[in-house]
Amino acid sequence: MLSKLFSFNGGVKPDPNKSLSTREPIARLALPPQLVIPLHQHIGGTPRPLVHVGDKVLRGQRIGAADGNVSSAVHAPTSGHVVAIEPRPMPHASGLSSPAVVIEPDGLDAAIEREPFDWHAAAPGEIRDFLRDAGVVGLGGAVFPSHLKLNPGKSGHTDTLVINGAECEPFITCDDMLMRAEPENILRGALIMQRMLAAKQVLVALEDNKPEAAAALKAAAQSLGHASLEVVVVPTRYPAGGAKQLIRVLTGIEVPHGSRSTDYGVQCFNVATALAVWRALEHGEPLTRRIVTVTGNVERPRNFDVAIGTPISHLFAAAGLKPDTDKLIMGGPMMGIPLPNIDAPVVKATNCLLASSPALFAPPEPELPCIRCGECARACPADLQPFELYWHSRARNFGRAQEYKLFDCIECGCCAYVCPSHIPLVDYYRYAKSEIWARERDKDAADSARERFEFRNWRADREKEEKAAKLAARNAAKPAVKPTDGSAPAADVAPSAGDDPMKALIEAAMARARAQKEAVAAKNTDALTPAQQAQIDAAEERRKRASELSGSNAPAE
Amino acid sequence: MITALIVMAGLALVLGATLGAASVLFRTQGDPLVDKIDAILPQTQCGQCGYPGCKPYATAIAGGEADINQCPPGGDEGVRKLADLLGREYKPLNAEHGIEKPKSVAVIDEATCIGCTLCIQACPVDAIVGAAKQMHTIVADLCTGCELCVPPCPADCIDMVPVAETVENWKWRYPVFELKVQPATLPAKEAA
Amino acid sequence: MYNSPYLRQNTSVRRVMVTVLVAMLPAIAVQVWLFGIGLLLQIALASATALACEAAMLSMRRRPVARALGDGSALVTAWLIAVCLPPLLPWWMIVIGTSFAIIIGKHLYGGLGQNPFNPAMLAYCVLIISFPALMSQWPGLQGSDPATQLHWVLGGERALDAVTGATPLDALRTGLLGNADVSAVMQSAAFGHVAGAGWEWVALAWGAGGLLLLALRIITWHIPVAFLGAMALVSGVAWLIDPSHYASPAFHLLAGGTMLGAFFIATDPVSGATTPRGKLIFAAGIALIAWLIRAFGAYPDGIAFAVLLLNICVPLIDIKTQPPVFGHKVEPPDGGAR
Repeated sequence: MLSKLFSFNGGVKPDPNKSLSTREPIARLALPPQLVIPLHQHIGGTPRPLVHVGDKVLRGQRIGAADGNVSSAVHAPTSGHVVAIEPRPMPHASGLSSPAVVIEPDGLDAAIEREPFDWHAAAPGEIRDFLRDAGVVGLGGAVFPSHLKLNPGKSGHTDTLVINGAECEPFITCDDMLMRAEPENILRGALIMQRMLAAKQVLVALEDNKPEAAAALKAAAQSLGHASLEVVVVPTRYPAGGAKQLIRVLTGIEVPHGSRSTDYGVQCFNVATALAVWRALEHGEPLTRRIVTVTGNVERPRNFDVAIGTPISHLFAAAGLKPDTDKLIMGGPMMGIPLPNIDAPVVKATNCLLASSPALFAPPEPELPCIRCGECARACPADLQPFELYWHSRARNFGRAQEYKLFDCIECGCCAYVCPSHIPLVDYYRYAKSEIWARERDKDAADSARERFEFRNWRADREKEEKAAKLAARNAAKPAVKPTDGSAPAADVAPSAGDDPMKALIEAAMARARAQKEAVAAKNTDALTPAQQAQIDAAEERRKRASELSGSNAPAE
Repeated sequence: MITALIVMAGLALVLGATLGAASVLFRTQGDPLVDKIDAILPQTQCGQCGYPGCKPYATAIAGGEADINQCPPGGDEGVRKLADLLGREYKPLNAEHGIEKPKSVAVIDEATCIGCTLCIQACPVDAIVGAAKQMHTIVADLCTGCELCVPPCPADCIDMVPVAETVENWKWRYPVFELKVQPATLPAKEAA
Repeated sequence: MYNSPYLRQNTSVRRVMVTVLVAMLPAIAVQVWLFGIGLLLQIALASATALACEAAMLSMRRRPVARALGDGSALVTAWLIAVCLPPLLPWWMIVIGTSFAIIIGKHLYGGLGQNPFNPAMLAYCVLIISFPALMSQWPGLQGSDPATQLHWVLGGERALDAVTGATPLDALRTGLLGNADVSAVMQSAAFGHVAGAGWEWVALAWGAGGLLLLALRIITWHIPVAFLGAMALVSGVAWLIDPSHYASPAFHLLAGGTMLGAFFIATDPVSGATTPRGKLIFAAGIALIAWLIRAFGAYPDGIAFAVLLLNICVPLIDIKTQPPVFGHKVEPPDGGAR
């Protein structure tokens, strides 16, 4: 038994508003006329499309293959035809488009034949590849490919596997409802993860404001009867569901930003991810559906089981969007992102769709100057000094902001929640972070451009040297053949062409012509890999030698 | 009076000697200046500054031959960084060398390309691939947008296309800062 | 356009400032009861001056006037100035002090949130340096009728005897300079049980207001505890060494501006330290310097000077006391590198 819970600093207790969407059970939403399945729904490389326009696809068919290992596959959620592969608006704060496969369902929902895969017998590496190709990613919001996290690392084992059902953000209830509906399968998924990570214990944690889910999980744990599996109820305090905060509450370990929690003997997954692992391995079902809470300013708030790729408008139509809605949010009220486009599709990261109205979330009062009251620092769960980060981010003093550990900020919004000056603090952090990333990208691009430029110059110099060397070799060869001429007794006193102005001029002109010819030929082979370049150089060398040989022979005849 | 002068002179000597000794003893061995300047420059190698590449321009700045405001791709921010590094006064970009444009990449119209290789020879960063009488293409990730390939093209098939904003490179905007009264009152100030 | 979080706690700068004003009421009531209604006149005068200056500066700086006036920060400054000053000063001194605090102490540095010095303490220091004689004229405890007080505040001729009922710290200073020892000075009429007749009640009322601020989470415990603790410690050590020359810790805690300073002045967030450890250092530093000025300096009380001196140190204190960030508790924060 876990005898002691730890605590994290800071945090806030906003009104949970969860009961809105827990009154009704999860409803399976009918398919929309068109599904828009973005290829890039997770952290890592963009999958390559595997289908073409006009292709017929089946439910569970892979339509995008993982691009490298830090990536994940995407699948068709139902059978139908691919009508387009083109950029479509994304559920992203920018509202920009990104490549997506558009499928028109044929209504048959015919499933693809399942590849047999016996996970009981498979090696962990095979299971990881299988999960990658089943498109299983973290469903708590970060959408990090799960197979990468299911690796115990160098030590070969893990102390604690945390299954995160805390779901601390107000309004969101998709995990809550899922835990009530399928507690056993969640735990079975967790046990598979435990096996892959060689974890000593599994802690399934949820906040104490979800007694029904806790009871369901505890009953399921009892029936599964695993001694190392435990359901832990933690105090309700936002953001207790943040992975770092939850790990801290359960184990007392603080995982710093930028390091892997496996290095600290802990790994953390969302409950829905555990279920997705179970479904993928046991039933061969890739990740094509998820639970989405539709709540806020809607007539019938509830949770829907939807196919990924369903347009968001379809969900709001099902829940009855009220007319005074002024804003749509993907995620919760603390960390959600604004949705500029209602036709954007549900993606793997979509846990909640929240309709906002001025009555529900009043527009913020005008921003006042920071009075350094320190409320934000008291509320920060990452122990940062948010007002200092704000100060430096606002002044575009990004170096200083990073010294104050800007990137340890989890953007939970606690600081802005408590700020008496109504400063949109998190907006400043997001701004600073994306500026810093952009600068790093620019710097990397500049460094690589410099490298290529220097390599090109070096190559040009080398070519020049080679030409000069060849010229010298020719000049050296000339005097050697002159005596065979037998016509010029002055040959001894004029060993080089330099002494004869006419000859020198002709030589130079010929060299120029040759150089020009060579330059044209050589320049075709620009932008080659060093290995190819080396090969070409060798060939060039041989050719030169051959021509020199014939050149020196010619006058001898 | 004389004593005072002697004391002051003595003090000056002692302090001067201390400073001199300190500057010798605690000399910081930093990167050579040229590399520091080169690190700020955008490495487009476009030559708009009047030098054949960023490194030569950096050398010229370090040698005092060139001014710091001759790099349009580096933009205003680049000038500011150079001014900071060199402890010089900021000055706006010199329009003689061009104006700051949004970052673009060159795109070859593949239908009109005749495969002359002239653009390949012009590209300072090896971002164009192709062979004689074959179509050429530009590796967009490697293109610095220097525009050097545009003039040599006899078929006029190279266009500069601004880099589009994507979900990956999209940036959060600077939060609206509305402490100041909006410009309604500003014209009055200018009139006054 | 605004982004998450869409939920906001019901809080505002105005609420914070109004709470501070409310917490000042008990002490103001006690002072009025002890010294007469002069203080209320001063508060009114200082408030009016502060609001006028604030409005003028804001419009000159082209900032929204109504919004910034509504935040109440100018009123807090005004009230703090008024309660620090002797209650029967002529009106123009209040006006000078308050305008200095708002215009130079606050807006020339960039307005609310940007001032490195506590504006109220700046005003106090300007006045005590410029008008030392008037600044030591505290009214006697017996008080005088409101009409006379009004007459004096409006700048009328004053009968000095009626005005000067030296503060305990003043009396102690003068007494010690006259080679009397502490206990002898304490026997004089001006002293009550511990720190001057009536003055204990003022101090306790400030303490009560401070506890209210603590309870409402407007301030944290760090500054008051470190301030009072350090004051008790240094004065206690000196008192144990030589009780005839140094007053007891109880006297120092209850006399002069100790309580006011601990709960209301040093806790000003804008000009004070912000990190937990920094707050402790900041407050202890103020207490130490204030005691040094009281014991050895030329002025009877030194809270104002001590606050300004420590205000200068705040950036350094804050940088050097950055609390460790989540997950980085072992390595020191890299705040010092500039």
